Amino acid sequence: MWLFHDAKYGFIDMRRKAYVVSASVLAAGMVAMVVNFATIGNWQNYGVDFTGGVLVQVAFDPPTDDTELRDALGGTQAPTITSFGGEGDYVIRAAVEEGVSIDVVAAGLSEQIAASYGEDRFEVVRTESVGAKIGEELQGRAALAIIFSLFLTLLYIAIRFEFRFGVASVIATTHDILIVLGLLALFRVEISLPTVAALLTIVGYSLNDTIVVFDRIRENLNARGGRREDPYKLVNRSINETLPRTVLTSGTTLGVLFSLLVLGGAVIRDFTMVLILGVLIGTYSSIFIASPALLEIQKRYGTGDVRDKQKAKARRAAAV
Amino acid sequence: MLKSFRVRLIVILAALGIAIGYYVTEGLKLGLDLQGGMHLVLEIDDPDGTLTPEAKASAIERAERIIRTRVDEFGVEEPLIQRSGSDRIIVELAGLDDESRAKEIINQQAFLEWKLVLPNTDVDQALERLDRAVVVALGAETLREMGRDTEAGEAGASSIEQLLFNTPSDSASAEDSVAASDPDAAADPATATPEEEATAEDESGDEMGEVNFRPFSGLLNTGEVGTYLVDAEDIDDATAFMALPEFQRALPRGVSLQWGWDSIPRAGRFYRELYVLEEDAFLTGDQLDDATANRDQQFNQPQVLFELNRRGGRDFQRLTAANIGNRIAIVLDGEVVSAPVVRDRIGARGTIDLGSADMSEATDLALVLRAGALPAPLSIMEERTVGPSLGADSIEQGQMAGIVGVIAVLVIMMVYYRMAGILAVAALAIYLMLVLGGLSALNATLTLPGIAGLILSIGMAVDANVLIFERIREELERRRAPRTAVDEGFGNALSAIVDANITTLITGLILFQFGTGPVRGFAVTLCIGIVASFFSALYVTRTLFLIYLTRKRGSDPISI
Repeated sequence: MWLFHDAKYGFIDMRRKAYVVSASVLAAGMVAMVVNFATIGNWQNYGVDFTGGVLVQVAFDPPTDDTELRDALGGTQAPTITSFGGEGDYVIRAAVEEGVSIDVVAAGLSEQIAASYGEDRFEVVRTESVGAKIGEELQGRAALAIIFSLFLTLLYIAIRFEFRFGVASVIATTHDILIVLGLLALFRVEISLPTVAALLTIVGYSLNDTIVVFDRIRENLNARGGRREDPYKLVNRSINETLPRTVLTSGTTLGVLFSLLVLGGAVIRDFTMVLILGVLIGTYSSIFIASPALLEIQKRYGTGDVRDKQKAKARRAAAV
Repeated sequence: MLKSFRVRLIVILAALGIAIGYYVTEGLKLGLDLQGGMHLVLEIDDPDGTLTPEAKASAIERAERIIRTRVDEFGVEEPLIQRSGSDRIIVELAGLDDESRAKEIINQQAFLEWKLVLPNTDVDQALERLDRAVVVALGAETLREMGRDTEAGEAGASSIEQLLFNTPSDSASAEDSVAASDPDAAADPATATPEEEATAEDESGDEMGEVNFRPFSGLLNTGEVGTYLVDAEDIDDATAFMALPEFQRALPRGVSLQWGWDSIPRAGRFYRELYVLEEDAFLTGDQLDDATANRDQQFNQPQVLFELNRRGGRDFQRLTAANIGNRIAIVLDGEVVSAPVVRDRIGARGTIDLGSADMSEATDLALVLRAGALPAPLSIMEERTVGPSLGADSIEQGQMAGIVGVIAVLVIMMVYYRMAGILAVAALAIYLMLVLGGLSALNATLTLPGIAGLILSIGMAVDANVLIFERIREELERRRAPRTAVDEGFGNALSAIVDANITTLITGLILFQFGTGPVRGFAVTLCIGIVASFFSALYVTRTLFLIYLTRKRGSDPISI
């Protein structure tokens, strides 16, 4: 079996359509972020890990319903209550006022539930209490981690390949992160620590995919006659040559992730969803964003060769 | 050829042996999200920022040691206690029955002091000054809003309740009733002098004009000797007043006011005692040698027996001898636990009566006293608990998902690459063992995100094999001999595998550096997975291919 062998798709010819697709998804995401900011007061649906606060997951046996639980926790003043995974499981999210100790809040919630339901009707299966200070620190650290890893990979690729390859891969990866962030905002997926881990995995996966394509481009460029070949054709050929691997690897990874999504349970569902999105977008971007970006950079700034620089200069002079 | 085989096989078997060895002896530790437990992040309480970094560092170091002792005595298996940054401690405890009790043991400062109880008159004479200090600090308007604008002339609640409660028969215990009827208070030399009264009057006239509120003294009801009773509803306001710097300055020199820890029911309402104490402790918990929980013979109530060291015993003996008939308060973390009347000289051994507390509270108090006091109060910055049932569900689901996912990958590989696929599957099996061994060797804990990271790194390991096999197929298509095609295939795939793995490793290492808790677990499995996949794809698969090739003649086609 050899799927997509000898494929000759015109990926590079489709790049403008891809730009439009990417731009619209990005725009939708930005709009969603602005809408979120206006309605829930934050760009994203940050979880307690980031904003600070208390999350309590309770399992009821026999099950209760939303309204009853809301009444038990103070009716209209009740904290946010969402049904979680299996029947009878609820997640309660409460803010913590300044100066109040976080463990007091969680204990208070379970006391309130016990007061209406009795001690034996429910079990607290999970609590997460995070002080606002820790949450703030975390936001900074997550952003720093992403910027740091982008910078280091740019450096690595610039050394191992050529500088423009590094820039193109950073463009593609930034594109992936922004698209995923936009979609997260659109669907108001809760941003927690595992979601950040998933985002960073996307950085890794997208780079991995891009590098395999770039590796082939590098190889074809360095082959005899490679530098004289039309760059568009060469890049397109490289993408097609790596297509069997791209499909098989993305396919198996997605297979594993889907089994996690279906069988892995409620706790990691969001996490897995973000990863699946990331694999799809990472694969798409290595073909439709990273490689075209490489060509666009080359068109504007040359390949970094002395001869290319002169050509580019001449072209700019002619354009003026 | 054969010799290099043997070397390769030995290397692989050795690696496998070491990995299995670690896995069997060390075992794989499960994260709290998988087996249930509690994760705490504690930080040194320093709201005013008065501690120097050095002071914080040394305090956190001592606190870590003390918490470790306490947790060890509490009896939790394999606790994780580590410092994080300059002012934080992370505590992870697995398999707990009672989380709030464990939290209390970890977080209680357990600073024990013995202080002399002073007669009420020491504070009574300063009450007017104290009231004025509160009025000056907060302003009349605020006090009106708080509803604390009782005028001096009005009949305060206290005078009525005074009649109700200040009867000896109403006192809590036989011991205390002796203290209450003790004429000690009247004989105390520290009564207000006329001069002091006069200056107090003057100041009031100058500063406050017509306002004559009694915000603080209005809250006090007469209690036993050396205490006032404060209604449970007034405690917050009283505490706020007492925290004012103006109030502290107005207190007579050497006197401090501290709450009792039990609430006292009287006529359907609840009260707390406010003790008048000598500010300086004459003895602290530093001098403790030992503490054990017990029940007292007479009332079967829990108590803690303590034993002081030699110096402490001497001091205690001297002080008790000089204070027979007086009360001595035992103060724990700023609250008075009990204040017995000294009836005899006491040496190195004594008891702390806990009144209505549970026996488990006495046991825990004895435990924390033995381990010593935390050098500074700690506050909980982060707390995560996972119940054991949820953990069990998670691990079951994670395992199931993992097994199904891995089987799916294996089937795809074998269908797609036939014999080569089977070789890859064998290499992947070795890879999995290496990862599990690596995790055990590094003492890493497997968390739920960790399982995800593991599954993802399996994807990376498969990717490396796919890259190689695709290259071999390309070479075969160019009509290369099988052996050459395999060599070329590995060679051509090398650069892509190296670059892809290193960039992912960079991301993994950054995650490890910046991440906490679950993210770190993910990063560790990812990094170990990448290193193992590197070895498995380039060395193990290669070796298996070499073995496969030697079993056929050079011109035979290979199954890929």
